[in-house]
Amino acid sequence: MLQQLFKFKGGVKPATNKAPSVQAPIGIAPVPPLLVVPLHQSIGGQPQPLVAAGEHVLKGQRIGAADKWVSAAVHAPTSGTVIAVEERITAHPSGLPTLSVVIEADGKDEWIERQPLDYASLEPEQVREILRDSGVVGLGGAVFPSHVKTEAAKAVPMEELVINGAECEPFMTCDDLLMRERPEGIVRGIAIFRDLLKPKRVLIGIEDNKPEAIDAMRQAVEAVGEDFEVVGVPTRYPAGGAKQLIRVLTGKEIPAAKRSPEMGVQCFNVATAYTAWRAIAFGEPVISRIVTLTGNVEQARNWEVRLGTPIQDVIKLAEPKADTNRFLMGGPMMGFDIPDLAAPVVKATNCLIAGSPKLFPPPAPEMPCIRCGACAQACPHELQPFELYWFSRARNFGKTQEYNLFDCIECGCCSYVCPSHIPLVQYFRFAKSEIWTRERDKSQADAAKARFEFRNEREEREKAEKAERLARAAAAKAAEKKAAPAETTASAEPATAAPVDAEAAKKAAIAAAMERARQQREAVQPKNTDGLTVAQRKEIAEIEARRAPLQAEQPTAPAQAPDAGGQQ
Amino acid sequence: MLTAILIMALGAVILGAALGYASIKFKVEGNPLVEKIDAILPQTQCGQCGYPGCKPYAEAIAEGEADINRCPPGGMEGVRKLADLLGREVKPLDAEEKPKQVAIIDEQLCIGCTLCIQACPVDAIVGAAKQMHTIVESLCTGCELCVKPCPVECIRMEPIPEKIDNWKWKYPVFEIKPVRRAA
Repeated sequence: MLQQLFKFKGGVKPATNKAPSVQAPIGIAPVPPLLVVPLHQSIGGQPQPLVAAGEHVLKGQRIGAADKWVSAAVHAPTSGTVIAVEERITAHPSGLPTLSVVIEADGKDEWIERQPLDYASLEPEQVREILRDSGVVGLGGAVFPSHVKTEAAKAVPMEELVINGAECEPFMTCDDLLMRERPEGIVRGIAIFRDLLKPKRVLIGIEDNKPEAIDAMRQAVEAVGEDFEVVGVPTRYPAGGAKQLIRVLTGKEIPAAKRSPEMGVQCFNVATAYTAWRAIAFGEPVISRIVTLTGNVEQARNWEVRLGTPIQDVIKLAEPKADTNRFLMGGPMMGFDIPDLAAPVVKATNCLIAGSPKLFPPPAPEMPCIRCGACAQACPHELQPFELYWFSRARNFGKTQEYNLFDCIECGCCSYVCPSHIPLVQYFRFAKSEIWTRERDKSQADAAKARFEFRNEREEREKAEKAERLARAAAAKAAEKKAAPAETTASAEPATAAPVDAEAAKKAAIAAAMERARQQREAVQPKNTDGLTVAQRKEIAEIEARRAPLQAEQPTAPAQAPDAGGQQ
Repeated sequence: MLTAILIMALGAVILGAALGYASIKFKVEGNPLVEKIDAILPQTQCGQCGYPGCKPYAEAIAEGEADINRCPPGGMEGVRKLADLLGREVKPLDAEEKPKQVAIIDEQLCIGCTLCIQACPVDAIVGAAKQMHTIVESLCTGCELCVKPCPVECIRMEPIPEKIDNWKWKYPVFEIKPVRRAA
């Protein structure tokens, strides 16, 4: 059956530069003496370390556990000793450190006990958990945890499963070589995703500039006995973007507000499918990946590199030429300059390109936008980059969102075609991260406000409760007083009125406290009256009898004085 | 003539009743402008504006009592937004703009007096009497209100460091190089 292909708008055709790195087969990179494994290597949660400094780990041992559903585990790439769990520089455009496990290899490369499983006998939920705990993430570069993507939408039947082998970025050939050399593993991995998602069709999209990969995949599909369709798609950047490939193969356009399963389609990278198969059928978690070493080097080639290998160790394999002045991670269109070569290879490291002034000339000076509209014609998402540029530049972030900034996949087509050499994507990245910061600040402010309001409410309530408690106590006291033949009618009166308002309650409480204190004072007996003789007691009794009438007189005297004063 | 008057009167009564009903049914509680201003303020509840919290300051701005440039945590950006909302002139901030901060308790020095807990407007400090206190960093708004009450000066403010999670792409700036003319 001839597959009908659709088109996406825009796109560019940069020089592919893929030939140098496909000459040699995938090499196995040596295990370096020291590995730095960042714990956060996927989109989503921050995996928590499971090991501490000094512990011995085996190859494939889980060292970081997924902390929530959208998160993936991290494993020791070789056996050795954990020498530190600390902040280390990672492969990120910021050049900032992140929590990493530093492992000193012992050279034995000793596997943990692997458990091959037959996934057909497992519940889908178990398979997803294995994928998560094996650290299977999208190896195309987005590193989104794959197990999350293996759930079909409830309301929409899954129609197509799209497997992305397009690899449209110039220079990059890691997926190409993987498809040529290990197609069977990929096909079996696709079968796992197929059985989890149960789509009607499985389409493997490969750019038609990789005929060897297409042949190898067709043969493997036949050999395994699957009914997957291997489709050659026209070579045009960015055909390997998930949304573009879905559009080309199925004609479906995924709107910004929807996820692809809601449109009955899902997309995985070929390397992801391969690692999923290794994880399930061999019990091997993701501890290495294929990295293309190319650009201004003597030996361009693909290497299977252990995750955590410092980039400076990896690039030595390719023998960079003398005039190399920079290294890019990712392709020339979407990649970034590696800020520090001590950073390790991570799951997102698909390609390392050595750059020289000759290979990547310094950008021409930015000129004013002439509104030629070339960027809008090149944009595969049919956005208006020139408008987005104006608003990003003016920091008018509300407007950028109105012009669908978040649909931008940062493919770089607009910057590529811009005759004024405006680094449009940099403006869009800037605008996006500003908007994210603002949203984060806003949600923090909302949370702070809620807490502040709750605290105020609580304080009010506590105050009211306290006043009520005091008033109740005072009222009880007053009632007691009333019950007894009271000489203190004056103090009882405010006590009965107390529940009405807090002020009176406070006064009553004070009065009650003073009353209590007075009673206590009266109740106190002089201490030297213990163990007296009968004669002494009799004497005291006589004295007390004489004192009593005097005491009865005493309170009346001061009471009369203010009265007299008041009348005057 | 009479019919005309009656019709008009009837119309007046019906419309009046409708308006009266609407004014009860759709009554706006409080000043809606205050809510809008409050939404712009950073909710640190720090009182640096001279009002006991963001809401009172928002009320004062709405009343026209307070200027819009008295919120240092909001920064110039906040002033600009308020100016936009209220149609007022943008003014330079009344204090210096500081980076976002977080309070840190030196747990060796803390005597457990609970004074900072009482001062914290957002309940971001955990502790009990005569027990060590600590600050829940994710909840701290950096308002500095806990610094002063501490009798042993064990609370300090630290700017929030840049990490991968809060790192931002920078505004693209390109060096301007002087054009070299051939002599």
